[in-house]
Amino acid sequence: MGYSNFLFLKEELSLIAVMVILLVYDIFGSKKSLNYFHPVACVLFLAHTLLNLFPSEASEAFGGMIINTPMGDIVKTILNVGTLIVLLQARNWLHSEAVLIRRGEFYFILFSTLLGMYFMISSGNFLMFFIGLEMASIPTAVLAAYDKYKHDTAEAGAKYILSAAFASGLSLYGISLIYGTTGTLYFADLPAHIDGSTLQIMAFAFFAVGLFFKISLVPFHLWTADVYQGAPTTVTAYLSVISKGAGAFVLMTILYKVFGNLIDEWRTICYALIVLTITVANLFAIRQQNLKRFLAYSSISQAGYILLGVISGNELGMTSLVYYILVYMISNLAIFGVIGIIEHRTGKITINDYNGLYKTNPRLSFVMMLALFSLAGIPPFAGFFSKFFIFAAAAQEGFYVLVLIACLNTIISLYYYLLVVKAMFINKNDTPIETVHSDAYTRISLVACTIGVIALGLISAIYEQLGTFSFGI
Amino acid sequence: MEITMEYYLVISTIMLFAGIYGFITRRNMLAVLISIELILNSVDINFVAFNRFLFPGQMEGFFFTLFAIGVSACETAVAIAIIINVYRNIRNIQVKNLDKLKD
Repeated sequence: MGYSNFLFLKEELSLIAVMVILLVYDIFGSKKSLNYFHPVACVLFLAHTLLNLFPSEASEAFGGMIINTPMGDIVKTILNVGTLIVLLQARNWLHSEAVLIRRGEFYFILFSTLLGMYFMISSGNFLMFFIGLEMASIPTAVLAAYDKYKHDTAEAGAKYILSAAFASGLSLYGISLIYGTTGTLYFADLPAHIDGSTLQIMAFAFFAVGLFFKISLVPFHLWTADVYQGAPTTVTAYLSVISKGAGAFVLMTILYKVFGNLIDEWRTICYALIVLTITVANLFAIRQQNLKRFLAYSSISQAGYILLGVISGNELGMTSLVYYILVYMISNLAIFGVIGIIEHRTGKITINDYNGLYKTNPRLSFVMMLALFSLAGIPPFAGFFSKFFIFAAAAQEGFYVLVLIACLNTIISLYYYLLVVKAMFINKNDTPIETVHSDAYTRISLVACTIGVIALGLISAIYEQLGTFSFGI
Repeated sequence: MEITMEYYLVISTIMLFAGIYGFITRRNMLAVLISIELILNSVDINFVAFNRFLFPGQMEGFFFTLFAIGVSACETAVAIAIIINVYRNIRNIQVKNLDKLKD
């Protein structure tokens, strides 16, 4: 083993380079040159994204600690695109009075959570996975509590860090039992030792809690709504798409690679969780007034749909899961872009405030409408195709009742997504939100999201290309 | 009397469930944090006991313990920073006062 192993950490190294450059710039840059900090950060990160745009060959490094798969590389690229959009939307908030002085840290903390997700995705050992998980979740708590003079954000940060630490503690206990029963922590060696004894099933249940918490499925979702509401809107956007997408993909690869022998057990668990998650989250979403809270419940129910790809356990499932993450990310970021800019300029965040938005802000409400249609799954937007493929993957394995329940829930979700559209376009309001002029960064991000919402569904090459890299059990 | 692996496992299981119980019932955020530490330490005991008694030839469990200790220290540092921030905002750290965000 030599230093040549580091060559397999291409993405990680280039991200670390971006982080270090930005850190040095932030510390030593003169006051005047720091005016260009945000554009430089965006350009550097764009360069990093382009550099790692295409997946590399499957490889193994550091004695099996790191396993790169082409699919993992694609997920990393998707996360990069999402982070870039979040970064573009973050500008307004980062340049506001209260945050400006400690703006530099934001980039460093944001990128270190992304680095943690990279390690999580390409881990080949439970130790590596655990370090990646913690690296992704501890700085996220810092981000959630970033506006330190606001009570809401402090509360959100406290709730996030305490419940995240609890979940990762339980997850670790599961890993320790897995070690006790098998004597190894390498993903490659584990399947041979996993024979489905009672202790191993218990170990699996403990272990899975950590990831279920991260993608906020229903019995583990209680932190979600509070944290999403309290955290700054940019951070909420990041939490709801990037960390959820990474968590879902990692859950899938670990279930496939390590716990393939326990497929009957985890299918039962996932079945119950999907039904619970989709139904409960939809019912709670109907009664929300605050848009961030509303989107929190909507994202919980979307996590339930994502799990439909996991339960199928075949190649189609993996393809449709990654595709679903991509489409969900683009649609959700479009909505967060709109509500972020409106909240920043006017401070209004409830659905009633949005009455008559179309009169004053036709373009913003149009973007938001497209994104909501995509989330609800109305053709011809991308959301329809992603839902269709993920239902097809589950139905292929014979989960007809489950797919039926999910379809019925789509109708419920259509109702509450359309409530927002109705508020914007039909409801009358004497004092609507005044016309909001967004800055160039937000505009670019919203245009990109709009194109994505329309094009991702119509260009079938994207889905087919994903299909060539996926693997099943 | 020889001390076998079971003694360690009983201790760690008791610590785990004491931690879970404390996490749910404690009213003070620092006490909640200490309960979480109990859970993390029970994991460390588990790893070391398994490694020492079942797989004496390898070092994986010991190394995992070292990393787990380091990571849990980071977690505690961040959690305490956030708790101090909560204290500055509302002048106490009782869990029941974190009730502004709710349905």
